[in-house]
Amino acid sequence: MSDLAVQYPETEDDVARLIASAHADGSPVEILGGGTKSALGKPLQAASALSVAKLTGITNYDPSELVMAARAGTPLAEIEAALAANNQMLTFEPMDYRPLLAAEGEPTIGGVFAGNISGPRRISAGAARDNLLGVRLVNGSGEIVKSGGRVMKNVTGLDLVKLMAGSWGTLGVLCEVIFKVLPRPETEATIVVSGLNDAEAAEAMAAALAMSVEVSGAAHLPESVIHTVADGEIKGGSATVLRLEGLAPSVEVRTGKLEAEMGRRGTVTVLDAQTSNGLWRDIRDVKPFADGGSRPVWRVSVAPSAGHQLVAALRLKTGVDAFYDWQGGLVWLRMEADPDAALVRQYIKALGGGHATLVRADAATRAATDVFEPQPPVLAALSRRIKQQFDPGGVLNPGRVWAGI
Amino acid sequence: MSELIAFLEPDRSVIDRRPAIVADLAQLLPEACLITEERELVPFDTDAFVSYRRMPLAVVLPETTAQVAAVMRYCNDNAIPVIPRGAGTSLSGGAIPQEDAVVIGVSKLNQILEVDFPNRAAVVQAGVTNISISQAVDGDGFFYAPDPSSQLACTIGGNIGMNSGGAHCLKYGVTTNNLLGVKMVMFDGSIVDIGGKALDAPGYDLLGLICGSEGQLGIVTEATVRLIAKPEGARPVLFGFESSVTAGACVTDIIGTGIIPVAIEFMDKPAIEICEAFANAGYPMDVEALLIVEVEGSDAEMDAMLERIIEIARRHGVKTIKESQSATEAALIWKGRKSAFGATGRIADYICMDGTVPLGQLSHVLEKTSEIIDHYGLRVANVFHAGDGNMHPLILFDANNPDESLKAEMAGNDILKLCVDAGGCLTGEHGVGIEKRDLMRHQYSDADLAQQMRVRAAFDPQWILNPSKVFPLDGRNGSYEDAAVASKDHGKSAA
Repeated sequence: MSDLAVQYPETEDDVARLIASAHADGSPVEILGGGTKSALGKPLQAASALSVAKLTGITNYDPSELVMAARAGTPLAEIEAALAANNQMLTFEPMDYRPLLAAEGEPTIGGVFAGNISGPRRISAGAARDNLLGVRLVNGSGEIVKSGGRVMKNVTGLDLVKLMAGSWGTLGVLCEVIFKVLPRPETEATIVVSGLNDAEAAEAMAAALAMSVEVSGAAHLPESVIHTVADGEIKGGSATVLRLEGLAPSVEVRTGKLEAEMGRRGTVTVLDAQTSNGLWRDIRDVKPFADGGSRPVWRVSVAPSAGHQLVAALRLKTGVDAFYDWQGGLVWLRMEADPDAALVRQYIKALGGGHATLVRADAATRAATDVFEPQPPVLAALSRRIKQQFDPGGVLNPGRVWAGI
Repeated sequence: MSELIAFLEPDRSVIDRRPAIVADLAQLLPEACLITEERELVPFDTDAFVSYRRMPLAVVLPETTAQVAAVMRYCNDNAIPVIPRGAGTSLSGGAIPQEDAVVIGVSKLNQILEVDFPNRAAVVQAGVTNISISQAVDGDGFFYAPDPSSQLACTIGGNIGMNSGGAHCLKYGVTTNNLLGVKMVMFDGSIVDIGGKALDAPGYDLLGLICGSEGQLGIVTEATVRLIAKPEGARPVLFGFESSVTAGACVTDIIGTGIIPVAIEFMDKPAIEICEAFANAGYPMDVEALLIVEVEGSDAEMDAMLERIIEIARRHGVKTIKESQSATEAALIWKGRKSAFGATGRIADYICMDGTVPLGQLSHVLEKTSEIIDHYGLRVANVFHAGDGNMHPLILFDANNPDESLKAEMAGNDILKLCVDAGGCLTGEHGVGIEKRDLMRHQYSDADLAQQMRVRAAFDPQWILNPSKVFPLDGRNGSYEDAAVASKDHGKSAA
C-alpha cells in the first residue's frame, strides 16, 4: 500500500472534481481500490492517491436478468455474498491475490475488472473482460464517461468497456461496473489423473478438452506442489485435474465418460464436490506459491501445448518450480532467486510467443524489471496514443504498466 | 425513395482525380484484383441494407496482406476514404461505399491457414466464410461457435467488424468471446499482430476494441479463432404459447431458475407463418408465439434439462410442446428460424431492427412495439434471440411506396429508442453502420461519444476508414480533429 495521503471520494462527481484538479495541476495520482494488488506492477511516482473504496453499493441486481451493477469500491466479498444468496456467481472466478502477495485489505469489484483478474474457468467461460458489460468512469481530464450498458449483447459504438478491463487504472477511474452473472452449477466433480509427467499431462488435458464433456477447469500440479492444495488430500504423486460442473445427472454421465478415457493414461480418482471446490480455490489463488516469501513469481500465458516445454527449457538453466492452469496455457513459475526476466521471455518467444508478468517481486526488482511483457514498437506507440486520448496529462497511475502509459 | 440518412459529402477533389487513382492502384495489385468498370462496380454499391446505394470510386480485392497494406498506405497518403468489405451481408449499411471511396474487399483472402486441435485454435484469412470454419473441423469433433443467420455467406472479417452473434451465443458468447488474435493493417499500411494462441496479453485490450469497430480502426486480414468440442448431441424443442407476453415471461423464468439452454429463440405469429410457408419446419400454426429452446449433451443430460424446462413452460400454460425426433427434424426447425429474414424478403420489403433489452423488459417492449407499428399502420414480424434479450422486429413495407418506406424507417427509429429507454441498446449484433448512426445520441452523451471518437482517431487520424458510419455526422467538429492533431503529434514524438 502506498504511503501517500489517500483521498476517498464518496461520489462519482467528487472523483471527477479531484481528477480535474490533478489534471489542471499536472499532478500524478495513484488510483486504488482496496489496495490488495498495489504490489503488482511498477512502483509509481505519484503525488497523491485516490481510492474508490468509499464508492460502494450494488446499484442494480435482478437475478433473472443475469446482470449486476455495482459501484467500483464495493468489496468483492459483498458482491459474492449477494450472488450466493441467489444461487449465482461470477463465472470468471476472480483470483484473490492476497495469499500470494501477503497483502491485506478488501479486494473491490473495480479492482477485479481494472486488473482483468480471472481464474481457472477462463478456458470455458472467458476472462473478467468477457463478463464486463458496462462501465462508468472518470477519464484523465476529469470527464465522466459511460460505455456499454446492462444488456448481454451490445455492439453500439466502440467497445471502450474492453479497454477498461485490464488497464490497471491508467485510462480512467472506474466508478461503476455492470457485469454478467450466471447460475451456480448445481454440483461439481474433479477427475484426478495421478502420476503423469508434465508432457503427458499436457496431452491428457488436450484430449479432455477435445471431448464432448465440457471440462470447466484443467490444471496440472507436479509432485513438488501437490501437498499444498486440497489440504494435502490428493496422494499418488503429480495430479492432472479436470473439473466438470452442471446438473447432477449430467455431471455423473460426463464423469463416467472422462474417467473411462483418462483411465488409459494413469490412475484415476474422483473428488467429491466439496473437495473439488476447495482444490480449485487453491489453484485459483496460486496456493502452491503463497508461501509468505518474496521469491519472484511469474504469471506466464502461452499456447497450452507450449507450457510444459517452457518449464523444461528453463529447468536446464535456472532453479524454478512450476504448475499449470488453463489446460497448460497459464504457467505459474516461482524462481529460486533471480527473476531471470530475459531468459523467461526469450524462451516464450522461441516457443511461439506469449507473455510473462512478474506478479511478485520486491519493489527494487520490480523497478529494475519490465513487470509486464514489453510490446512491439507499433503496438507500444498505439497504446501511448490511446492513453493520450483518455489521459492527455498523464496523471492516472503513470508508469504502473509501461513507461509512457 | 426519400432518404432519411445522409452520407458525408463526397470529396470532389478525389473524384476528379479518379483516372490517376485507378492508374496508381493498378501498380499496387494484379489486374484481376482491381475493379473499375461501372457495370462491375454495381454489386458493391450496397450491402443487405439495400435501401441505400452509393457507387464506389473503385474496388480492390487483394490476395495478400501486403497488397491490403499497399492500398491502405496509398489511400492514407492521398486522403482517399476506404470502405472495408467482407461478403456485404451487413444489415446496418456497414459496407455501403461512397462516391469518393475505394472498397477493399477481403473475398480473395479465403484460406484456412492452420488448424491446431491441441491448442483448440484455427488461423484463417479474413474472407473465409463463417460456416466453412466449422465445416473444416467438424470431422474432428470441433466447431466455431458464433453462428449468425448469414453464416453461409458472411466472412470472419465481417464478423469481427460487427462483433457478430447468432442463435447460440447465449451459451458460447459472441465473436469477441471466441476471437484469440488478428493480423491487422493499420491506417498507414503498417501490419500488426494482436493476440494469438496465448490468452489475455497485458496492456490495453486492443483485440476487444477492434472487435465490433465496424472497419474504422483498421483492416483485419487474418484471425485466430477459438475452436470448441462439439456437444454429443443437440435437441431443439418447440413450445407454443397463447400470447407473446406469456412466452416472454416463460423465458425470464427459465433463465431465472438457473437453467441456461444453448439457445432460446422467439417467433410471433406472423414470423411463424412466414417461416413455416418457406421451410415446412413443422411449426405449430395455432399459437400466437413460439419458443425454440435448444439443449445439448448426451441423451441423459438433455432429458434432465428438458424435464425442468417443460415443467416451467407448463406453469406458463404452454399450449404445444414438440420435441424433434431426429437430426433431420432438428435441422428443419433451425432452417425455419435461420431463413426468417430471407423468407420475409419473399413476401415484402422489410427492415430488421436489432435492439437489445434487459430480459425483464421483453414483454413490455413487445407490447410497445406493436403499438408503434399500429400507429404507423404497418405490419411487423418478431423473431429474435430471447435468451439474451436481442430483439429483431422485422418491419414490413412496400419499397415502391415512398410514404410507407418513410414510415417504416420512422417506426424503426421509435422502436430502437424504446429499447434504449427500457435500459437496453440500439444494436445487439448488427452494428450501427449508417442505419442507427443518427440515434447514437439517444444512447450516449456528447462526452461518451467524444471519448469514443478520440480513441477512433488514435487508429485513423484522418478519419478515412469507413467515415460515414457509426458517429453522427454533425457532432464531429472539434473533438476528433483535435484528437487527430494530438495523435499525429504524439505519433511523431513517439517515433
